[in-house]
Amino acid sequence: MAGNTKDEILHDHNHDGIDRRGFLKCMAWAGTGALCVMQGGVLKSYSMSRPSEMNPADATGELSFVQISDSHMGFNKPANPDVAATLQAAVDKINALSRPPEFLLHTGDISHLSKPEEFDTVEHILKSASAKDVFYVPGEHDVLNDDGKQYHERFAKGAQEGGWYSFEKKGVHFVGLVNVMNLKAGGLGTLGHEQLEWLEKDVKHLKSSTPIVVFAHIPLWAVYPEWGWGTEDSAQALAYLKKFGSVTVLNGHIHQIMQKVEGNVTFHTACSTAFPQPKPGEAPSPGPMKVPAEQLRSALGITDVNYVSGQHALAVVDSTLA
Amino acid sequence: MRRSVFLANLLVMAVMGLGGIVAEHSSFVASAQEKAASTAEVKIDNFVFGPAAISVPVGSTVTWINRDDIPHTVVSTEKVFKSKVLDTDEKFSYTFTKAGEYPYFCSIHPKMTGKIVVQ
Repeated sequence: MAGNTKDEILHDHNHDGIDRRGFLKCMAWAGTGALCVMQGGVLKSYSMSRPSEMNPADATGELSFVQISDSHMGFNKPANPDVAATLQAAVDKINALSRPPEFLLHTGDISHLSKPEEFDTVEHILKSASAKDVFYVPGEHDVLNDDGKQYHERFAKGAQEGGWYSFEKKGVHFVGLVNVMNLKAGGLGTLGHEQLEWLEKDVKHLKSSTPIVVFAHIPLWAVYPEWGWGTEDSAQALAYLKKFGSVTVLNGHIHQIMQKVEGNVTFHTACSTAFPQPKPGEAPSPGPMKVPAEQLRSALGITDVNYVSGQHALAVVDSTLA
Repeated sequence: MRRSVFLANLLVMAVMGLGGIVAEHSSFVASAQEKAASTAEVKIDNFVFGPAAISVPVGSTVTWINRDDIPHTVVSTEKVFKSKVLDTDEKFSYTFTKAGEYPYFCSIHPKMTGKIVVQ
């Protein structure tokens, strides 16, 4: 998980110890941190664990934001007995970025047991982030006991009744979807008829050159259905986004970084700020994965996203807390 | 005369005897049922209900106990019963008063399913 030093660096163009191939490999482990920015179609990478070496001019675009996920406030088992501290560490990392992100996206499982004090703590910790606006989508842990009423009152006041919503920032269209309600026995995440109809209308009149960012808790592609890591009706949602030249899908839920590119759509899942989970099939169940304490922080992380106007792809980068 | 009285007595004794046997039989059945309608336990661990399917007599109380390090719920697919969220070591019990099949799942992790068969 953390720093596999057996990998060789083949072409060190940026002289920062990471080459393009090495960087993409590291992203798959979720064990290292690097800032990746697309400029004129060329991938440049910088190591976020050495913020003093980051060149601000190179590492920024016209819009940058940070994705965090799965803070599970209230979790206190051996896999991480202090999830508040690791969330604070993620915020410290955000605050150490050379340029403050414009806002944060939280892709759900904010709380662990939907308790008011858990939501309170997360909101309190995030208040100390350099980015003042936070946009949320719920995880299944946020809508326990009350059908999401509390989540809705706190985080989705301006949203549609079901909690989904959209907004624009600097010409990028963001859509927050909810796929953790009304889960059926034996099933996966679900968007439902009403939300899909809303989505179709919401994007219908946008120009196809508008970059789209969709964020939802459970992955919108079939990462590993056996563990419920997928959404049964996401294909319909993606069909409504087919016309767009750049679609980025940001998800959480699986507590590890995974990426998939399908045509114009890049899917990206984030680390949890609380505890890692095993890779698909590599454990009997998808529960919290215990790692040696010194390795915990390198298995958790934040995602930094940069949008450079005129470029089609959004550069999505995950950095670990170590 | 004496013979019919004797026979009548025999009949009465027989009936009483039978009645006695029947009475004993009923109480035997009753106590057998009381013993059988007891309790059963389902352990929740590693995202699995164990055992996944159990059979219990009518009147039994099933107790689910969460031994996993992550919370789970116990929700009947036919909406017959629904637990609150069970954190580690928390329990939920339900007494089944009607025979039938009761499939259920964890509403947080819907891939987790189980069944109680009440006979």
